[in-house]
Amino acid sequence: MNNTKKRLISWRRRWPIRSIGVNFALAYSVVFLISASIFLSFTWWSTTNLLNRHVQNAIETDASDLTHRWRVGGPRALTHAIKERLDQNVDDDALYLLVDGLGRRLAGNLPGWPVKIQKTDHYYELPIKRYSFRTTAKFRVYKLTKGYRLIIGHDVKGRELFRHIITETLVWCALMVSILALGGAFVVRRLFRHVVFSIARTTRALANGDLNHRIALDGSETDLVAETINAMLERINRLMDGVKQVSNAIAHDLRTPIARARTRLEDAIDHAKSEEELREAVSLAVGDLDNITLIFEALLRIAQIEAGAKRSAFAEVDLNKLLENMAEFYSVSAEEAGLNLALNASSLPTIIGDKSLLQQAIANLLDNAIKFTPQGGTITLEAHTIPLESTSPDSIKISVRDEGVGMAEKDINRAHERFFRAESARNTPGSGLGLSLVQAIMSLHKGSLSLQNEQPGLRVILTLPLSDS
Amino acid sequence: MRILLVEDDPTVRSYVSKGLKEAGHNVDETENGKDGLFLAVSESYDVIILDRMLPGGIDGLRILETLRSQKNKTPVLILSALADVDERVSGLKAGGDDYVTKPFSFSELLARVEALTRRGQNDNPQTTRLIIGDLELDLLAREVKREGKRIDLQPREFRLLEFLARHAGQVITRTMLLEKVWDYHFDPQTNVIDVHVSRLRQKVDKPFAHTMIHTVRNAGYILRAPDEET
Repeated sequence: MNNTKKRLISWRRRWPIRSIGVNFALAYSVVFLISASIFLSFTWWSTTNLLNRHVQNAIETDASDLTHRWRVGGPRALTHAIKERLDQNVDDDALYLLVDGLGRRLAGNLPGWPVKIQKTDHYYELPIKRYSFRTTAKFRVYKLTKGYRLIIGHDVKGRELFRHIITETLVWCALMVSILALGGAFVVRRLFRHVVFSIARTTRALANGDLNHRIALDGSETDLVAETINAMLERINRLMDGVKQVSNAIAHDLRTPIARARTRLEDAIDHAKSEEELREAVSLAVGDLDNITLIFEALLRIAQIEAGAKRSAFAEVDLNKLLENMAEFYSVSAEEAGLNLALNASSLPTIIGDKSLLQQAIANLLDNAIKFTPQGGTITLEAHTIPLESTSPDSIKISVRDEGVGMAEKDINRAHERFFRAESARNTPGSGLGLSLVQAIMSLHKGSLSLQNEQPGLRVILTLPLSDS
Repeated sequence: MRILLVEDDPTVRSYVSKGLKEAGHNVDETENGKDGLFLAVSESYDVIILDRMLPGGIDGLRILETLRSQKNKTPVLILSALADVDERVSGLKAGGDDYVTKPFSFSELLARVEALTRRGQNDNPQTTRLIIGDLELDLLAREVKREGKRIDLQPREFRLLEFLARHAGQVITRTMLLEKVWDYHFDPQTNVIDVHVSRLRQKVDKPFAHTMIHTVRNAGYILRAPDEET
């Protein structure tokens, strides 16, 4: 199997014609010629068979009639009958020869006894010479009494003629198919060109840097290719946007802390009065730098996850245990902030995913919730399956609900953008990367992130599909 | 303790080496892979700190693999700018015992280096009892006593105390606690680790005259027997 495949590929590599249209036309003409040959051969074979049977029947009828004459009237009657028949034979295709015991010719239109004819009760097919031309004839020999022998034959040049016509037809067919194939090749090639032209035009535009072009769909088979390419473009576009956004964000949001650290250090060089002050300034600057490193790492991590390179770490994850541990881990800091952290999870099926990324996503949500819920509030970590049918669950919904001020509707749509921070959150610590990271983690798991205002508070919902493996 | 430092960046090298010497360690340093490999196989060290990308044709992973193939079990801490999860995994798979990514804080590095050297003695599975000063941990019964009085701990609190006790006298950073006690590999935005430690303190330190769990500024925590305090 593999071997034939390899051979096919190497054969394809040696094939010199690169145009699909020409190859198509060639293949078409080869197929046409083969089928025409088969068809014509079959016609020829069945027709000659019919003719042969016809000739044999004629010979046999003739023979039974003539042997009857022989029995009734002897040589004289038979000679007479043969002569009569030859006179009446308009087509001039009947052949007879009657010889006596000594081999002398008594009647008939054959010049002599053919050497090859020995056996009786057997059909011979031989070339013979008649008048001035050669032809093929079918014979049968009958032994009569007193050593007399009779040959009855039939000229079958009609069959030869027929074979000739068939062959000629085939040759003309081949010629016409070749001409059609050549013409067709050009037509088909043009057609193909036309079909791939829109794809080619779009990809050329893309190669020149215009990523907003899309291939138009026309309902033909090429849509399959076009759709794939369009989807690919969509993804590239998104990634490019991501890169653009990140570089903008780096330019803006990383410059600020770097500038702060730099200012602090410069200020310390110029104005620090004591070593202690200097140390203080330097250690604050180190803190700033650590912060920058964190932001940097978060950005890299998002970019990496979005590139989809991390699916290698996918394994079975027990979400129940993961959520329980998370709730336990964060319950102490919730309590410390005067909050109540409630876990409300039904028994969940295991999913295929990256455990530490899922942990990180939920940690980010809980961190946020703790940050934004006023004292005395409750944070609810909920998880349940969403059934598609009553028996098999379709996806898992994990949500974290806080009791903070919620979010303005216009901000909800932008919440997962990198470095986006709602006005009301400007003064809380953080980088504005948390939800982007969650969003990236969800995309990696083919899930989704959505935000929803509650009264009071905000609910962040993660939806993880189960069918994905 | 004898430490080999293989690091090509002169600033990082001199800074790390100075810090380690200040902490009372004996440091050999080299800047390329060839000398690093030579020293690592010919001398005997307590810990090797290894950069991954090195000049001289032999990179850190090669040194590590060579050492491990010679049945050399010296603890190796990889110090690298390659911070990818995949890179970490390949470093640890090659035989590394810990992985610190650049940029790093020296206190984190020192804490991890010191944690590595004691590992061999204290991670002994036969140990069923840890005793630090008047604090006593029964690892089988999961019981904690201080001054003979029983202290009730939640399972997670017990694991936290056990980890601190196993590395008694050494600085343990928040990241190390997060990784080793909870097996979490992310950065919590809130001070959740501090809260966990302070809860533990409430139970282990508060009712008694002397504190044992100390906060080390800019680094982490340390568990010490009360009489070691000076």
